[in-house]
Amino acid sequence: MFLELTENILTTVPLSFHIFMALASFTVLGACGVAFSQNIVYSAFSLLATFAGMVGLFGFLSNDFLAIVQLMVYVGGILVVILFAVMLTNKISEVQSSNPSNNIIAGLCLMGLLLTVLVTSVFSYDWQTREPGPYEPTAAKIGDAFLGPYLINFEIAGLMLLVALLAAVVVARKEVKFIEDNEAQDKG
Amino acid sequence: MMDLMVTPAHYVMLAAILFGLGAFGALTRRSGLMLLMCVELMLNAANLVFVAYGKQYGDTGGQVIAFFIMAIAAAEAAVGLAILIGVFRTRLNLDVDDLTSLRDEV
Repeated sequence: MFLELTENILTTVPLSFHIFMALASFTVLGACGVAFSQNIVYSAFSLLATFAGMVGLFGFLSNDFLAIVQLMVYVGGILVVILFAVMLTNKISEVQSSNPSNNIIAGLCLMGLLLTVLVTSVFSYDWQTREPGPYEPTAAKIGDAFLGPYLINFEIAGLMLLVALLAAVVVARKEVKFIEDNEAQDKG
Repeated sequence: MMDLMVTPAHYVMLAAILFGLGAFGALTRRSGLMLLMCVELMLNAANLVFVAYGKQYGDTGGQVIAFFIMAIAAAEAAVGLAILIGVFRTRLNLDVDDLTSLRDEV
């Protein structure tokens, strides 16, 4: 089977397969960096590689709108905020001890178990391959879906974002006030 | 003769690997920030499966759900980081193994 595979790779492999494999290996390498790196800053930048790979995969799936949204929300928003939090909270100078982990053996066993279950379930189903259709822009379809069958979900998602951001502001400010109140009580 | 088209099985395999790595990190890391990053990784894996299925069946719903997952991930990151900064202000580290104030001491 492996000989056939190598022969196929050497002779007739479509370009799309190579592109997919390159993007997938890039993404998985980034994820490995997140999971195994000893330095939390390296982990955060590996997350950047993973998100960039996901942008490429979404583009490869001809979802232009979602790729741009992924780039803007994850890379431009979440990752920058996470990097801010890393820089604000961790002692960057202690490179060796900045990112401790424990129970690695048990974690690896659980990951192996999870991967076994997922992979066997993938292979137990007969996947049908559809020929890829012509490229179409997806933004208009997504907009129609948002204002059509998914209207309630869309409104609730907007409300949830508003509440979450307000909650983030409240939570991030409250501790200072709480400590000051305690000190005032201690003095009084 | 193996068919080397990129099928949804490839995407589900990739998502499984990403999810496994994220779960491994979330289980073993002790820094709260790493927990957040690994949760983002797992959410991204779920996103990838949704988009791949949406592409396979020609349905816009997969992309719409992926969009909602992104909104939830953004909200989760905002609230999670706010909580972590609050924890850091009171305890001066983010080790989740030390957060045992609510544990029953029996």
